[in-house]
Amino acid sequence: MKTWVYIDHFKGQVQPGSWEALGLGKSLGAVSAIIFGSGVEAVVKAAFEYGADEVIAADDASLAEYRAEPYASSLSALASSLTPDLILLPTTSRTRELSAMCAVDLNSGVLTDVSAIEVSGETIAATRSIYEGKVLEKAVCSAKPALVTLRARAFPKPALTAGRAGTLTKAEAKADAQSSVEGYSATEAAVNIGDAAVVVSGGRGVSNNPSLGLDEKATAQKGFELLGELAAVLGGAVGASRAAVDAGYIPYSHQVGQTGKVVAPDLYIAAGISGAIQHLVGMRNAKLIVAINKDAEAPIFAAARYGVVGDLFVFVPALTAAMRKKLGK
Amino acid sequence: MKIIACIKQVPDSEAKVKAENGQVTYGDAPLVINPFDEYAVEGALQQKEASGGTVTALCVGPESAKEALKHALAMGADEAILVSDAALENVDSLGAARVLAAAILKIGDADMVMFGRQTLDNGAGVTAPQTARVLGWPMLGLAGQIKVEGGSVIVERVLEEGRQIVKANLPAALSVVQSIGEPRYPSFMGIRKAAKAAIPVWSLADLAMAAPAALVTRAATMNPPARETVCEFITGESPEAIAETLAEKILAEKVL
Ligand SMILES: Cc1cc2nc3c(=O)[nH]c(=O)nc-3n(C[C@H](O)[C@H](O)[C@H](O)COP(=O)(O)OP(=O)(O)OC[C@H]3O[C@@H](n4cnc5c(N)ncnc54)[C@H](O)[C@@H]3O)c2cc1C
Ligand SMILES: Nc1ncnc2c1ncn2[C@@H]1O[C@H](COP(=O)(O)O)[C@@H](O)[C@H]1O
Repeated sequence: MKTWVYIDHFKGQVQPGSWEALGLGKSLGAVSAIIFGSGVEAVVKAAFEYGADEVIAADDASLAEYRAEPYASSLSALASSLTPDLILLPTTSRTRELSAMCAVDLNSGVLTDVSAIEVSGETIAATRSIYEGKVLEKAVCSAKPALVTLRARAFPKPALTAGRAGTLTKAEAKADAQSSVEGYSATEAAVNIGDAAVVVSGGRGVSNNPSLGLDEKATAQKGFELLGELAAVLGGAVGASRAAVDAGYIPYSHQVGQTGKVVAPDLYIAAGISGAIQHLVGMRNAKLIVAINKDAEAPIFAAARYGVVGDLFVFVPALTAAMRKKLGK
Repeated sequence: MKIIACIKQVPDSEAKVKAENGQVTYGDAPLVINPFDEYAVEGALQQKEASGGTVTALCVGPESAKEALKHALAMGADEAILVSDAALENVDSLGAARVLAAAILKIGDADMVMFGRQTLDNGAGVTAPQTARVLGWPMLGLAGQIKVEGGSVIVERVLEEGRQIVKANLPAALSVVQSIGEPRYPSFMGIRKAAKAAIPVWSLADLAMAAPAALVTRAATMNPPARETVCEFITGESPEAIAETLAEKILAEKVL
């Protein structure tokens, strides 16, 4: 099995799922890591240290900003001449379109958000969730190379061996961008709840504390501040329900659920979230779910391992303090 | 402006979907327009309102999918087209993209094609970039804001790392996300118009194409492992005491 792993990064910052993909690739044999960008020496070095036997890198000014078309053309050109059997990628917004476009170029199949993979002889079968995680399918790709994007945190991250080196092969960039990046709007802080090991989420309940005497938005801000403190102590990220996002308490990039992000952290804490099905489909694969809600009948408790019936404004700070003490922070 | 919105029909998200005897079943749950595709229709209607023109809803699916197209018509789309063919029953995303691209070219003169972010059933989020690639058009994914200026479109993309502003020439393919604004409800007039609308059905022969080979096939379906769902409610004298107990329980689970 000739396996490639595409290392996805944003301006040099590698998506942790790339290393998980590299670890999976190694378990199947020798691995070449594919790296595109401009000034990617540090990424190349890290790929060797995480276990790549070879790195194929296109380091070119025209690839400085990720754009779907040139990245897809560069990857497709490499794959048609070097014929890998399998290309593994982490699942991100970028790799969904990149792998999709390469599948068109290479006339092959793409399997996204895969949580398990089986290789027998030449056949690759991938397990992925469909119908919002209600059912799993085993999908088989009959063409080559199979393009498989892996669900974040479904595969272990390999250990890093400092100073480890390998063969670096230079590749050509295809500069056929069909759009230009005009800039970034600074309104939204970068969050990636998909990669976080702990997610602390708030719902409409974060705006419910009349004793503060503040208006709805200011109350919600205070509520999310409390959740942020808990998340910080646990080394996690802050998520939200759609109701909280729609009410403008927190930006959309924090939303968990059917129309937001699907997350599978080790620990998910839901505070002031009722547990609508559209929220549950986004978090029910978390290893441990804890729910905090005023209403003992809230459906979120049916998905939770531990529940606390109470006011989040009272209980969350208490939990933050208890955790801080126990974790020695 | 001629805008096409690609929509799919899926079982409602409240449906109890299960794997049974190797098949996916959902009982008699209602089939609806893929909720993400309502944003595509909404985005298309907003652009029509801004620049004038028409919106065509396009779907590849069985005869029943006319109902999803009617929803788009009721929201305000001007026309709807269904591509339906027995040979497309097990079509994979690449096949669907090739069929959509052929239908988009047959409709002709499109300036923008709008997609949803992903389907509820397949959930891959690949059909839009694949269709764009087949057409050779620029792909602007995960658009939260759209503005047309002259012959180009400027899109604010909602990404993991923040919002990116990207510009491309028309025609272009876009996928639309929630930040575009809540999809409008069908109006009374819209529902009446949709009920009466005749929706043309095109076969593969009408698109002058052969059935695309399925490169990805479903070998098996499984129900996810049953989960421990009994919730243990933590109680105590005070919030501090409850927090203490809960903190111990969380640490004992060794998830941190
Ligand atoms: C097509 C579609 C897609 C959707 N996609 C999503 C999605 O991606 N993500 C998502 O989350 N939702 C989604 N929804 C919306 C979903 O149906 C619910 O409306 C939403 O999840 C409710 O959010 P919530 O739990 O925060 O609010 P509510 O349902 O209003 O619940 C608030 C909860 O907070 C509790 N509470 C109030 N005050 C306090 C307090 N002080 N302390 C503790 N608890 C308190 C209440 O008891 C209540 O249970 C979608 C809906 C549709 C139709
Ligand atoms: N059969 C179809 N007919 C029309 N549009 C589709 C079809 N399948 C997918 N799409 C569009 O492509 C998007 C992504 O689908 P998917 O790649 O299946 O997640 C959807 O949100 C729709 O806009």
